[in-house]
Amino acid sequence: MMLESLLPEMLQLAIEHCILVLISIGVAMAIGLPLGVWISRRARYRGPVLGIANILQTIPSLALFGFLIPIPFIGGIGKRTAIVALILYALLPILRNTLSGILGVDPAVRESAVAMGMTDWQLLVQVELPLAARTILAGIRIATVTTVGTATIAAAIGAGGLGVFIFRGIGTIDTTQILAGAIPAALLALIADGGIGWIERKYSPA
Amino acid sequence: MAVRRKPLDRLLMPDPLVSFRDVSLSIGRRQILNRLSFDVYPGETLVLLGRSGSGKTTALKMVNALVLPTRGEVLVEGKPTTAWDRIRLRRRIGYVIQETGLFPHFSIARNIGLVPSLERWPAEKLDARVNTLLEEVGLNPVEYADRYPRELSGGQRQRVGVARALAADPSLLLFDEPFGALDPITRLELQNQFMALRGSLGKTSMFVTHDVREALRIATKIGVLHQGKLELLGTPDEFLKADAPEARAFVASLDDNRS
Repeated sequence: MMLESLLPEMLQLAIEHCILVLISIGVAMAIGLPLGVWISRRARYRGPVLGIANILQTIPSLALFGFLIPIPFIGGIGKRTAIVALILYALLPILRNTLSGILGVDPAVRESAVAMGMTDWQLLVQVELPLAARTILAGIRIATVTTVGTATIAAAIGAGGLGVFIFRGIGTIDTTQILAGAIPAALLALIADGGIGWIERKYSPA
Repeated sequence: MAVRRKPLDRLLMPDPLVSFRDVSLSIGRRQILNRLSFDVYPGETLVLLGRSGSGKTTALKMVNALVLPTRGEVLVEGKPTTAWDRIRLRRRIGYVIQETGLFPHFSIARNIGLVPSLERWPAEKLDARVNTLLEEVGLNPVEYADRYPRELSGGQRQRVGVARALAADPSLLLFDEPFGALDPITRLELQNQFMALRGSLGKTSMFVTHDVREALRIATKIGVLHQGKLELLGTPDEFLKADAPEARAFVASLDDNRS
C-alpha cells in the first residue's frame, strides 16, 4: 500500500492525536502547576507528592492502560481512559519543574520581596513564577514530547490517534502503515519540542 | 483614670521608634537571642556590631517581623510587631541587604518603585519619585532607569538597593551589612552617601555590621552583640572607652589593622 493513499486517514488520526495530547497536557498543567506551587510552600508534603508522581511514571504505559480499564468512571475502553493515563504521565515533569523552578529563586530576592511587604500572592505572581518560567516551560516541553510518543500506545485501548496505524501495521506486518503512524508522530514531537523551546527562549526573564 | 507620667529626663525625649523589650529567640534548644532590651529614638543611627553568629541579623529581622520573638516583644511606633498587619508594617520600613535582592527581571526603575507600586501610587508620581531617588543615590536617571540589575556593578546595585528602601519615604530604615561585599573604595563612597542622605532626609536607621570602622564612621549609637546578648549600648565614644570584653576585642582589632 502506498503512503499517499493513507494521507486522508493520516490527517484525521493526526488531528485526533493532537487533541489527545492537548487535553492531557492541559489537564496535567491545571493539576501540576498549582500542586507544584503548593508543595513549594509545604515542605512536608513534598516527599509524598513527588513520590506518588514518581511511582506513576515508572509504571509501563501499556500496563497503566490495562490497570485503568476496570476502574469505574475513569476507566473502560476509549479516549477517556487514555487521557487519564496520559495526564498521570505528564504530571511528574510539570510538577517537579514547577517546584524546582520556584525553589531555585535566589533566597535574597525572595527575602527582599517579603521584606518590602509583598503578600504571598504578589511574591508568587510577580517574582517566583516569572523567575521560574523557563524551568516550568522546560517541564511542560518534556511532558508534551513524551506524551506525543506515549499517546501512540493509547490506540491499544481504542483511543484512536496515530497509534492506530502502528498497531494495524504490526498486526498485518505492513511497514508502510507503521511508518504512516510513526513518521507523523515523530514530526509532531519535533514540532512541539521546537515550538515550546522557542517560547522558552523568548521568555527568558534574566 | 490614671495618668501615665514620663520620668523627668525622658520628658524631652521623643517616644522611641523601635523598642526591644526583653526579647529572646530560641530555636529548639539553641538560644539565638537572649533578653535584648533597648530603644531606638527618631533620628538615631543604631549600629548593631557583632561577629558572625552573634544574632545581630536576626535581631534586625525582628523589626520588620521577618522573625518573631519567642519571648518578649518588639515594638515599632509603640505597637508590638505581632499586633501589626505585617504587610503594612513592612511597607513602612526600608530594608537593605548585602546581596541587594534586586529583582533580576525588573528594570532598575521598577525595582526602585516596588513599594510605591504595591501601594498603587499613580504612574506620574511614581516616575517622578524614581527619578528623584536615582539622583539622590548618585545615578543618572536617563542612563540607568531602564537598565537591568545584571548590567550594573556591585556598588551601583547597592545604590539601587538603598534607593528602593527609600522609595515610599519610610521613617525607619534597616541595613543588613549593606556594604559588606564591596571593595573598600566603593564602600567608603557608599558610607559617605549614606551619611549625606541621613543628613538631608533625617531618617532613623538600624544598621548591622561586623566592621568596627564602619560602625564608628556612621553610628550615633553602637550596640555590641555577643552570643545573643547585648553586651553594651552607647555612643561611639563610650564604645571606645568601654571595658566590656567583646567591645574591647573589637577596639583592639582596630589597632591591629592600623599597625
